[in-house]
Amino acid sequence: MPIEVDGKTLETDEEGYLANINEWVPGVANVMAAEDELELTDEHWDIINFLREYYEEYQIAPAVRVLTKAVGKKLGKDKGNSKYLYGLFPYGPGKQACRYAGLPKPTGCV
Amino acid sequence: MSDIKKFMYLNRRAPYGTIYAWESLEVVLIGAAFDQEVSLMFMDDGVFQLVKGSDTSESDMKNFMPTYRTLGDYGVRHLYVDKASLEARGLTADDLIEVAWEDFETEEEVDNIVEAVDADQVVQLMAESEVVFSF
Repeated sequence: MPIEVDGKTLETDEEGYLANINEWVPGVANVMAAEDELELTDEHWDIINFLREYYEEYQIAPAVRVLTKAVGKKLGKDKGNSKYLYGLFPYGPGKQACRYAGLPKPTGCV
Repeated sequence: MSDIKKFMYLNRRAPYGTIYAWESLEVVLIGAAFDQEVSLMFMDDGVFQLVKGSDTSESDMKNFMPTYRTLGDYGVRHLYVDKASLEARGLTADDLIEVAWEDFETEEEVDNIVEAVDADQVVQLMAESEVVFSF
């Protein structure tokens, strides 16, 4: 279902992931979060920005355990665990945060 | 999982033109969730998968070369490259990308897990592997 962001219509796939990663703007995350009735905080943005940087560098969305380890290294050990990440993204840090970040679904994620 | 096996992914085809290289990489990424001892071997045209500076902008293929550089984060310990295959294509180890590995718990680090090996080592490494996937 297409989403409306900043007056533009953006295509998504059947699971709600952005069809074209290059169309991503921060507003995408806000619109998607609003649909999930979630308010994005700085802590959410840390993860979304991290995912976008990871994708930029490696051209894939990281597996959840790679994300967890890397977040722990970059943002501190207290954040590098699934409890913290699921607290932010209850639908799963891999799936939900990647969707907000405009990334494809992580490889191997069902 | 208590039963850790030695897995080897054998890559023998050029990175683009067929789906083999990308499929192999995806299987490695998915398989990494199972905590096995994983190494990759590149032989024949498969060595081109690790050559630096690939540019796919003129083709419709995604450039997945950067993805190899994250394999260390997925627990892959070794990327072996067959020396004879490199030489036959006018390449050396200097033409290949570097892949770092780090253990987040112990902070043990290896700057580069890409290693050129000779024919005897190739045979030995394959013999030591309990599971070999060929692509």
